[in-house]
Amino acid sequence: MDGPLVQVSGLKKSYGSIPALRGADLEVRAGERYGLIGPDGAGKTTLLRILCGLVVSDGGEVRVLGHDPVTETHKIKDGIGYMPQRFSLYPDLTVAENLRFFADLYRVPAAQRESRTARLLEFSRLGPFRDRRAGALSGGMKQKLALSCTLVHTPQLLILDEPTTGVDPVSRGEFWDILDELKAEEGVTQLVTTPYMDEASRCDRVQLMYQGSSLAEGSPAEVAASFPGRLVRVYTADPYAAAGSLKRTGKFQSVQLFGDRIHVVVEPAQAAVPGVMAIVAQIRQILEQAAIPFTDLHEARPDLEDIFVQRIGEITND
Amino acid sequence: MRFNLLPIIRKEFIHIRRDPRSLAIVILLPIMQLLLFGFAIDMDVKNVPIGVLDYDRTPASRDLVRRFTGSDYFIQAAALQRRDQVEDLFKARQAKAVIVIPPDYAASLQRDPSTAVQILVDGSDSNTGAIILNAAQRLLTEASLERAGITDPPLQVAPAIWYNPEQESSHFIVPGLVAVLMMMICALLTSITITREKETGTLEQILTAPVHPSQLIIGKVLPYVGIAMVDAALVILVGIFGFGVPFVGSAALLAFFLLLYVVTSLSLGILISTVARTQQVSMMLAAMLTLLPSVILSGFVFPLASMPDVLQAVSRIIPARYFLVIIRGIMLKGNGFAVLWPQALFLVLLSVVLLAVSVKRFKTRLA
Repeated sequence: MDGPLVQVSGLKKSYGSIPALRGADLEVRAGERYGLIGPDGAGKTTLLRILCGLVVSDGGEVRVLGHDPVTETHKIKDGIGYMPQRFSLYPDLTVAENLRFFADLYRVPAAQRESRTARLLEFSRLGPFRDRRAGALSGGMKQKLALSCTLVHTPQLLILDEPTTGVDPVSRGEFWDILDELKAEEGVTQLVTTPYMDEASRCDRVQLMYQGSSLAEGSPAEVAASFPGRLVRVYTADPYAAAGSLKRTGKFQSVQLFGDRIHVVVEPAQAAVPGVMAIVAQIRQILEQAAIPFTDLHEARPDLEDIFVQRIGEITND
Repeated sequence: MRFNLLPIIRKEFIHIRRDPRSLAIVILLPIMQLLLFGFAIDMDVKNVPIGVLDYDRTPASRDLVRRFTGSDYFIQAAALQRRDQVEDLFKARQAKAVIVIPPDYAASLQRDPSTAVQILVDGSDSNTGAIILNAAQRLLTEASLERAGITDPPLQVAPAIWYNPEQESSHFIVPGLVAVLMMMICALLTSITITREKETGTLEQILTAPVHPSQLIIGKVLPYVGIAMVDAALVILVGIFGFGVPFVGSAALLAFFLLLYVVTSLSLGILISTVARTQQVSMMLAAMLTLLPSVILSGFVFPLASMPDVLQAVSRIIPARYFLVIIRGIMLKGNGFAVLWPQALFLVLLSVVLLAVSVKRFKTRLA
């Protein structure tokens, strides 16, 4: 179809008094991979469920494949493949039986079913396990099977809700490799939610979501480039003490802990006048004075996570 | 959206096959229950323990006692000396009745045209009490007639009890149990099928597929029809060969009606399944909505005609009520379709309503 596959504007949904979506906007174009990025409770799952017609919104415009998912649910079902966050296949059915069931449910013709199943088993490398019960598969294999089942009717739009949450890093990589292959070979449009920033960078466009609203949208590079200010990373053996002493100076816009490193954000104006090199030297001096050892200290390009932290900070300071 | 039941049916059969333990329970449970209830619920009154308080102690009084203890109905549990022992005997539940023979019994027999013998009955179990009284009266009437030298009384009752000449309560109870047990097991079978998909999350996946609720609901009922029919056949065979219940009518006709009944019961289960959120709630509802109403409001034990109007009205929506008429009619009386078709009509009506409400109540969206 022409135009965007998904169009959402001003979408609202509350569960009782708890708002899940506060006016979400979304546009997914044909052939792209769009990532909804955000922590738990951002409203990602609710948004996807509304797109599939599983949940009715409280207000706003929704069009999926040109149809209203509530009043015309039956018109979009063949065009979308939805993979819920929770494993939703039958554990007592084998890999092949699960695939067969969903192929039959979507009325895939028998001849096409065979070739499609063979292809999906190859994609997912589940061929050797076709007679194993789904319940006995590893976490990563379960997700690959679930993906295969949502693809068995060759949908235009793939909707994946946190497909790699709780999956080991190696399997996560494999899963995304499969998504890449699908995109390259079948051109299927993909709408994916994830809490992982490294996965976000594999999307064509992303939207950062937080508490039912959008924080930022664009390609991962665009979003990262929208960071207001400069960023200095400090690698230290004692990040708590380092962050504490840097914060106490009050000279920086924000000081954030990221595991074994600290991100120091400097306002654009401040960075322009003395220059970033001067600020790096200033940080070095503060840490040396406090006798806190550090292994590395340099200016870095902000990534999506920095944007996230910065935008959330803006909201909570307001 | 084409109406394809086959994938759902095929999937349900795989679920059933992969869980042989549950299948075995489903098949064996009604048979076990039939054996249990069939032997336990015996309403025939035989070998009732009685006490004897014989103040007379003459050959005539002993002769009367022998009439009682020599019959199938009574056995002597105690010989009492004093009147105040009666209450202890009843309280200790050692006897359900006591015959009191007055001191001048033999003498009075010679003298008076009428002589009284007292029967004390423990009325706490009124049903048994009435039967005891009945039997005692019959024995005493026989004795009176003999004494009066009447071997051929002018007015005689010529009883002929049809369909159950021996008045075996098992002939009456076993078909009723088939109705109650099949109702319960069928409702249990389907009550968890949709709730299980809600609990495990598989429903979320199915709901995004092009499936109409009616497809899902009918596709889930059909596989269990076969299982329920096999189960019912086994239970009826146990009734015939284990309890000696006669089978006078047509087996094919019973199978046809059974099919209707099983579909009604499975439909009730599926309705429960669309409403309940967890499998536990489903099973509780299935047990609650089937067992007691099917026993109490179906005419299984208590005659419907003697119930208050409200309860009689309620009994009209109890499927077991209709099937009870059918199975007793076919097994004991050899009733044909000409007599039983109204019952069939009600079963079909109930099924259609239950299935329609299930489809209507089935939520195609998540909460």
